[in-house]
Amino acid sequence: MTAIGLDDVQHDISAWRGFHGTTWREHIDVRDFVQANYTPYEGDASFLQGPTERTREVWGRIAAMFGEERRRGIFDVDASTPSSITSHAPGYIDRDRELIVGLQTDAPLKRAIMPNGGLRMVEKGLEAYGYELDPSVRTIFNAYRKTHNDGVFDAYTAEIMRARRSHIITGLPDAYGRGRIIGDYRRVALYGVDRLIEAKRAERRALDDLPSSAEVIRDREELAEQIRALDELKHMAASYGYDISGPARTGREALQWLYFGYLAAIKEQNGAAMSLGRTSTFCDIYLQRDLDEGRLDETAAQELVDDFVVKLRIVRFLRTPEYDELFSGDPTWVTEAIGGMGSDGRTLVTRTSYRFLQTLYNLGPAPEPNLTVLWSPRLPESFKRFCAKVSIDTSSVQYESDDLIRPRLGDDAAIACCVSAMEVGKKMQFFGARVNLAKALLYAINGGRDEMTGEQVAPAFPPLDGDFLDYEQVRSAYDRMLDWLAATYVDALNVIHYMHDKYAYERVEMALHDHPVMRTLACGVAGLSVAADSLSAVRYARVRVIRDATGLATDYVIEGEFPAYGNNDDRADGIAVDLVTAFMAKVRSRPAYRDAEHTLSVLTITSNVVYGKHTGNTPDGRRAGEPFAPGANPMNGRDRHGMVAAALSVAKIPYDQSRDGISLTETITPAGLGRTPGERIGNLVGILDGYVDAGGFHMNVNVLDRATLLDAMAHPERYPQLTIRVSGYAVNFVRLTPEQQRDVVNRTFHASL
Amino acid sequence: MTTQTRARPCETDNSTGAVPSWDISTGVDGPGTRFVVFTGGCPLRCLYCQNPETWRMRDSRRVTVDELMTEIGKYRRFIEVAGGGVTISGGEPLLQPAFTGELLHRCRRLGLHTALDTSGNLGDRATDTLLADTDLVLLDIKAWDPRTYRALTGGDVAPTLRFARRLADLGRSTWVRYVLVPGHNDGDDEVDAVASFVATLPNVEHVDVLPFHRLGAPKYERLGIPFPLADTPPPSAELLEHVHTRFRAHGVKSR
Repeated sequence: MTAIGLDDVQHDISAWRGFHGTTWREHIDVRDFVQANYTPYEGDASFLQGPTERTREVWGRIAAMFGEERRRGIFDVDASTPSSITSHAPGYIDRDRELIVGLQTDAPLKRAIMPNGGLRMVEKGLEAYGYELDPSVRTIFNAYRKTHNDGVFDAYTAEIMRARRSHIITGLPDAYGRGRIIGDYRRVALYGVDRLIEAKRAERRALDDLPSSAEVIRDREELAEQIRALDELKHMAASYGYDISGPARTGREALQWLYFGYLAAIKEQNGAAMSLGRTSTFCDIYLQRDLDEGRLDETAAQELVDDFVVKLRIVRFLRTPEYDELFSGDPTWVTEAIGGMGSDGRTLVTRTSYRFLQTLYNLGPAPEPNLTVLWSPRLPESFKRFCAKVSIDTSSVQYESDDLIRPRLGDDAAIACCVSAMEVGKKMQFFGARVNLAKALLYAINGGRDEMTGEQVAPAFPPLDGDFLDYEQVRSAYDRMLDWLAATYVDALNVIHYMHDKYAYERVEMALHDHPVMRTLACGVAGLSVAADSLSAVRYARVRVIRDATGLATDYVIEGEFPAYGNNDDRADGIAVDLVTAFMAKVRSRPAYRDAEHTLSVLTITSNVVYGKHTGNTPDGRRAGEPFAPGANPMNGRDRHGMVAAALSVAKIPYDQSRDGISLTETITPAGLGRTPGERIGNLVGILDGYVDAGGFHMNVNVLDRATLLDAMAHPERYPQLTIRVSGYAVNFVRLTPEQQRDVVNRTFHASL
Repeated sequence: MTTQTRARPCETDNSTGAVPSWDISTGVDGPGTRFVVFTGGCPLRCLYCQNPETWRMRDSRRVTVDELMTEIGKYRRFIEVAGGGVTISGGEPLLQPAFTGELLHRCRRLGLHTALDTSGNLGDRATDTLLADTDLVLLDIKAWDPRTYRALTGGDVAPTLRFARRLADLGRSTWVRYVLVPGHNDGDDEVDAVASFVATLPNVEHVDVLPFHRLGAPKYERLGIPFPLADTPPPSAELLEHVHTRFRAHGVKSR
């Protein structure tokens, strides 16, 4: 194959035949195209088809490699070729039978190195799995080419370094790609790359009229890089035999073009989260046209989606064991936002929304792509029931409130990573990991000294004295400590993102955004429930302080009872709400790089375990080293009135003060949802409706027996595909560290006894 | 809410009850997501009881109807959207009939679906007014043979059967619950007798055959009470299916 796309497409068919609408033809505007052309689907799941023999075989071939990959940590790596859009020769799983082609390197599951983020991360990643970096690469990046990681450490302050080392600020993207940027990959399919280059040239030209300030120069250079990246994207596709300079003409081409856009991004960036966007309803327009034209039947349409999803399931990055300890299960966060309602009241659910979810049956449960349903009680009833069924059967779906997202970000928003909503192609975020609110409280009590090392990390404020903690004193010391933390934190993020733009700019992802782009500075907090419960204990019970010989408060004895966050009790929940609101205000008062809008998330991913490990005894009775609750969850076992009470507590955290998302993970046994399958489905739909109605933002739903998890810990080989949702994404349970597995098992199981 | 309450007569007589705890559950205490009030005190001592902390009224907190209604109020919207209601469970809620009746009445007035979870042992204490405020009765028929019933519960089966008949006469929607305990009430004669009785009750929507489980054992340990069925295994899937089949053979919907 040379310049043409697929054998089965005539040269002369018009790409936009039969499409409606005008605005999208004149400007790059995918939302307008979707609105003018999609077919809402309100029917049930009965049209769906199972996997074809071809799908089973292609998936079987790749799935057979997973055991080896799990045993060795990685399957293979190219340790000598720094990855770029065009760095690797084409690779295939099964060249003759794949419908959608393209791999990150020249072979499946072979990882690439991406030293622009940081060379040390690459070296450590290789070393951990028994590989050695090609010496010439080392020379290049040591002698000639500076990395993002180098740049950050040139500009960090001593204070940031201390905060980082003591784990009060953790997980900063200062040694790896920041991710959480969603290119609008649909543009590649709708317009073809040439048209996109033309639009970028126009944006670039418009800057010629402006004086050459630092900001304008940077924008011009970035746009020039974007154009270059688009050109490389065409070359990469051409190496697979596809000419993507023009728009896609069929459903298969649309999926292929879109995937090439995404593939270019994951060849160029090892971002913490490399999310896909909101593609299913867009793709549906093409698949529906093919069905109408008789090019496809349902089996073939599903087969295309299945093959596309196979590719999304094998996105791999080289990461270090420390990174895995923080975010276990080798996550890539290929998040796809499905469903939701349109601003005009029509549902955005299409048959392809169903087809994406159907892949969890056709290929079996899997953590990736991170299938995320934008939930509204107004979604079609049969779609809601299908989602609930898929959740109960696979535990592989997460839910976010379409009713919170749509009024703020419109109806073409997608989720980056776990809970970060953004308008596709218009908004990007500067990912900021998170600060440890529980540890900050201990710093407040100890006048800025670390409770585990005794080191003076924060400025030396007077430590609290007296045998018992006084609520007002604790509050005011905490407030002062959080001022310092917010300032140090935003400083660190500004440095990181300045350097990331400079040394590891996401060229192709940003080429698939409008210029100028809106930016958010996505701050985050961990340990919310620990901090809230600690404050509640101080306020409603008596908390006696135990100090060591140096006067450092190292333990606490609680006398009496106190209300805990997670029981729908305003006394405790109000403390959590106030804390989030107060910290957001502090963050907001610090100037952000590139005038980004400050946001906040209450999300830990799996880092709740590591955060807990690095935090001493807390005044809520939590022991040193014990894991925090994930995300905005109540602490294990303190939510005494079941899942709904806990969910309603979490729903009180105001989304407008946590616009980067609030994460809740629920694990429930099948019996805890009802006696019959139909009843379970109806009840889960009810819970999701009720939670979203109450203002809840995000819910991971696991429907699992404790016994299953215990058995999987003992016999991982029997559960290669066991998927569970943890704080915003899903993981293969058997790929978690034993410590994380124990945390998951101990986490509150909501089963009614 | 309080003004409306005060408008009701006899408020002082029935406004407090013994309530060890409350919970929000889904799919186990009636349809949908429900606010479940566990009342304290029970005349029976079922061998398999999973809530031994509710046996004695004097171990329970005294709460007023108003306090509970305030708590229920926090979930009213959720329950309306999610589907569900309020269930008064126990212990044995008919041990405190006035309190239970008042709660049911107040919930009903809020438009919430109401359910009463009872062994029926004190069914005679349920007034027609109380039953009129009850949308659904979850009635435990624990065995048929008086000897089996006594061995399993320490009480008489007759009042339960009398209550079941009365509910049928009143046309009250009822779900019968049958906790299946291997070696106690899993014999065919026992199951057939309950099934043929239930078949005569047109108000019964279905029978829930609940497999005995030992998840309450840690509670016994905490309370320092020996758990009598510590060594009894949960019923096998085959036995469960067999019992379902026997119920169905009598034309009773069993799930």
